[in-house]
Amino acid sequence: MKSFLAAFFLIVFSSQAESQNVRIFENYSTLEKQILNDQNTIYVVNFWATWCAPCVKELPHFEKLNSENKKVKVVLVSLDFKNQFETKLLPFLKNKKINSEVVLLTDKDYNTWLPTVDKDWSGSIPATLIINKGKRIFAERIFHSYEELNEYVNTNIN
Amino acid sequence: MFVSVFFISGFAPDTPTPYKIGDKATDFKLKSVDGKLYSMSDFKSAKGFIVVFTCNHCPFAVKYEDRINALAKKYKSQGYVLLAINPNDPAVQPEDSFELMKTRAKEKGFVFPYLFDEGQKIYPQYGATKTPHVFLLDKNQVVKYIGAIDDNVDSASDVKEKYLENAIAALESGKTPSPETTKAIGCSIKAKK
Repeated sequence: MKSFLAAFFLIVFSSQAESQNVRIFENYSTLEKQILNDQNTIYVVNFWATWCAPCVKELPHFEKLNSENKKVKVVLVSLDFKNQFETKLLPFLKNKKINSEVVLLTDKDYNTWLPTVDKDWSGSIPATLIINKGKRIFAERIFHSYEELNEYVNTNIN
Repeated sequence: MFVSVFFISGFAPDTPTPYKIGDKATDFKLKSVDGKLYSMSDFKSAKGFIVVFTCNHCPFAVKYEDRINALAKKYKSQGYVLLAINPNDPAVQPEDSFELMKTRAKEKGFVFPYLFDEGQKIYPQYGATKTPHVFLLDKNQVVKYIGAIDDNVDSASDVKEKYLENAIAALESGKTPSPETTKAIGCSIKAKK
């Protein structure tokens, strides 16, 4: 039994060490205050979910942007269901080797927080928000390639 | 004349302007899972229409399936007709094919027409962008409410605001729904490539 427990803890801790630490936010304004708060950082915030096929498809472009475009920091805001955090989201991030910062947002009061991201956001995902020193540029759209995304970001931050 | 031509060419984008509150919605003639064609004009005595853009594949839409079915049952007796429309192109999203719509309707015992927006002619006129996306129309097919069904996708029992039901209640008492529009997360509509 002891060795079983030891093995169990070993597995738990080793899997935690490998996967990234994903913070969970129940409130969007808290997320923005705590994660997107550095005035000297340009954030590219992508709203996505593992269940959203077009989001998953464009995720590699955001990963590449995060590693190659040194002017910006990518934050991936997952809108996955809370009860699928451990069963779906974490395995997905590990499997896809996602290095950008990922947070889970479980704020269900969409009608309150969606308009604070952008007043015209209908609520479909993927959607991307750029925050550059208080200036906000929002797009409810899909990026089909890294080049398309990188060009869009560079155009909007310069 | 010159001006009007300029106006049309300058302001006629590929996608029509999405409906706003007060616009008259277009009728349609779409095939349901029962093989019949449905139009709003078929329901002469309807007091209003609940048009729900929804689909098979989207987890958000799936979470609302039972609630949509319950709404159809509840409001049928009050004279409101619920029409669900799948706007997705099955070539892009195979789970949303007409055959699989039939399967899903049977599995879930849908009591409402589940229509297929074949050729994707209807959803752009409404300005639906995602599933689920609800449009409440009065008996004259004028748009009275646009948005979400309620404020909790995860759990029907934890809903605080039943936006759609409140909007219907407002119509029933001759008032303006408040809110008239709401925002919610949904799966983007899969357009033909």
